[in-house]
Amino acid sequence: MAETKSATDESFVRFENIQKSYDGEVLVVKDLNLDIQKGEFVTMLGPSGSGKTTCLMMLAGFEPATHGEIFLDNRPINTVPPHKRGIGMVFQNYALFPHMTVAENLAFPLQVRNMSRSEQEDRVKKILDLVELPQMAGRRPAQLSGGQQQRIAVARALVFEPDLVLMDEPLGALDKQLREQMQYEIKHIHESLGVTVVYVTHDQSEALTMSDRVAVFEDGVIQQLSSPEELYEDPKNSFVAQFIGENNKLNGTVEKIAKGICQVRTDDGTLLHAEQVNVEGVGNKTTLSLRPERIEIDPPKGTKNVIKGRIEELIYLGDHIRVRMNVAGNDEFIVKVRNRADKRPLKEGQDTKIGWLAEDCKALDFVGQI
Amino acid sequence: MSDTQNSNDVLVAYDGTPLKQQLAKTTRRMKLRALLLTLPLVLFIIIAFVLPIGDMLIRSFHNPTGTNVVPNFAEVIQEWDGQDYPPDEMIKVFVQDLALARKNREVGKTVGNLATRVNYEIPGSRSLFTKTARKADKITEGPYLDALIKLDKKWANENVWVTLKRVTRDYTLSFYLAATDRKYDENENIIRADELYRIYLPLLYKTIALSALITFLCFLIAYPVAYLLSTLPLRTSNLLMILVLLPFWTSLLVRTSAWIAMLQTEGIINNIFVYLGFIDDENRIQMIYNATGTVIAMVHILLPFMILPLYSVMKTIPPSYMRAAKSMGASNFMAFRRVYFPQTIPGIAAGVLLVFILAIGYYITPALVGGSDGLLISNEIARHIQSSLNWSLGAALGTILLVVVLALYWLYNKLVGVDNLKFG
Ligand SMILES: Nc1ncnc2c1ncn2[C@@H]1O[C@H](COP(=O)(O)OP(=O)(O)O)[C@@H](O)[C@H]1O
Ligand SMILES: [Mg+2]
Repeated sequence: MAETKSATDESFVRFENIQKSYDGEVLVVKDLNLDIQKGEFVTMLGPSGSGKTTCLMMLAGFEPATHGEIFLDNRPINTVPPHKRGIGMVFQNYALFPHMTVAENLAFPLQVRNMSRSEQEDRVKKILDLVELPQMAGRRPAQLSGGQQQRIAVARALVFEPDLVLMDEPLGALDKQLREQMQYEIKHIHESLGVTVVYVTHDQSEALTMSDRVAVFEDGVIQQLSSPEELYEDPKNSFVAQFIGENNKLNGTVEKIAKGICQVRTDDGTLLHAEQVNVEGVGNKTTLSLRPERIEIDPPKGTKNVIKGRIEELIYLGDHIRVRMNVAGNDEFIVKVRNRADKRPLKEGQDTKIGWLAEDCKALDFVGQI
Repeated sequence: MSDTQNSNDVLVAYDGTPLKQQLAKTTRRMKLRALLLTLPLVLFIIIAFVLPIGDMLIRSFHNPTGTNVVPNFAEVIQEWDGQDYPPDEMIKVFVQDLALARKNREVGKTVGNLATRVNYEIPGSRSLFTKTARKADKITEGPYLDALIKLDKKWANENVWVTLKRVTRDYTLSFYLAATDRKYDENENIIRADELYRIYLPLLYKTIALSALITFLCFLIAYPVAYLLSTLPLRTSNLLMILVLLPFWTSLLVRTSAWIAMLQTEGIINNIFVYLGFIDDENRIQMIYNATGTVIAMVHILLPFMILPLYSVMKTIPPSYMRAAKSMGASNFMAFRRVYFPQTIPGIAAGVLLVFILAIGYYITPALVGGSDGLLISNEIARHIQSSLNWSLGAALGTILLVVVLALYWLYNKLVGVDNLKFG
């Protein structure tokens, strides 16, 4: 009890043993525990249907939690109605009110707080300047482009200065270029205002770009909660390794473990060395995970892991060449080769040696046939 | 090529013909086909809609009975200045025309037709004409006026002659005057009808008031139902939708009769009230064969016309709007009033317009359950068309109704904008 107490004291938002079921048969969120610090930018990342929106809706108060308690600023809020929670929210379709102008939309949260007219105008002007759309005040949402609507939606969630802002796939409807630009803008707004943001996306690069910490969801469970760098460098299990960034998989059996390094016999008989992350012990099956850019073709002598493979396909991408290889029966094995003049040219159908360092290769839970 | 550059406002195709002309040529066949496809509809509209309404409009101010029955008299009487009595030569023509009409007995040109026509203007004057016509061939020499007065003293009434002059003109305002409870006096001034005969304007006002009440009640009932329909999961909402549409699939007569069974003094509702002790057996409530019956039955019948446009608009409003409003601190009521309700206005406008226009011209239900107190203007129109056979008055009443509806539509367009209406 004392333990939980000290934890809640520090965190701004706290999910405590949250479970959620819509139909009484399936748990959409299974025993979720999550602490978010004040001022943090936390992203819930996961495939569609993994329960991200549901979590956000429970935090906003639109869905009741089936079990457990949510704390906001150390107050339990399960019984607080949404309009008393003071949480700003950006929806995927923006939900700008079509019958109001931009200025009226922005003034809405101020009006319901009975703010004076002059203060309303003041705040609306300030927030429009922040999102760099001061000339749009008199327009209707339908007269704005997608990107402009997006910014107004963000502005409206911020204009009443909430301590916490929730965003549910706010950039999902934008094209790639605009999406990237908006990612930086939202990030900058977050930094300059110091507001706490809980962000939902299924786009891993968006999550990595923007967040202080990322919670990777799968099937209603947080698989890993850590900084973007840690998520990429040290995935805790095969799902995270697979979901974040590009990843090669090799199956094998652990033969020996020493000082955190496993010796793994691949299915085609090669002996490899990998960091022990999520595998029980000798004799167990494991899936090795390694990033394409950490693999070298024609590795220097003394490289710990060397294995033979055949080049199946070369894709020229300018700054690097993407090589698809067949390695140990896996013909989706990708190697990224930096485009350098001093390297010997590669050919399709060629047999070649590849190699990598033991610490770049993670021994994770076995996922079955690749 | 130099051609295009010189006259750079006309684009030219490769062979030199103007591009517009070329385009028109290629699209002509398509247009022709489209036109052919709509031809049956156009014909139908002309036959079933334009012609009858045009005929009705014309009938309301064009009535040639007078000229048909006494053609020669109709021509000469127009020269009379309306002072005292017409000169005796004119009356002579009148007597001769009457005698001729009685002899010929052509359909639509009988003395009876004229008598009916004058009777609209001077109630109770019918027998004067039939009686006089029987004796007309006996009157052979002047002074004709004295001879007529000897036959019937009513001929001494100057108003009879003024009225005769008026009804022998083909185009007349009389029916519009009658439809608005007005008439001509002896000097052809427009005055209000006698207290006893003022029935149409009060009836029109009552029709408008009852229609407004019906529309309002429909709105009150339909709004929550439409909201429920638009928010329920698909399967449940489909079921509810069937219930809403059920009235469309049963005969109007059956539905109305069901209301009679429900509402009559010995009916189900009264029986339940008596059983529960709300009312005494002697003081059963009269809920049918009066205005209450008309309102109840018509609200039921017109309800789908309110629900459907509301539903179609509400379905397009995503729940995220209300959620957004609440997340910004608006209470449920505030979110509804400021965000949800304004977005349903196009549906409300469409439903209100539809129900009101249907109600203002409704006929069967008031006729069946309205008694005498719950009758509407359409029932009066129907009476003139079917039993009193004063088609011109019926047409004038119908035209006034049409004008009221058009005026409302215009007003609506001003207030809501017809582009904003959403019927479904
Ligand atoms: N209102 C709802 N009623 C019933 N089931 C729902 C509802 N909303 C979401 N679900 C189900 O809950 C699961 C998680 O949905 P959601 O939280 O929207 O996932 P995500 O946002 O990660 O895509 C899905 O299987 C979805 O079908
Ligand atoms: Mg979602």
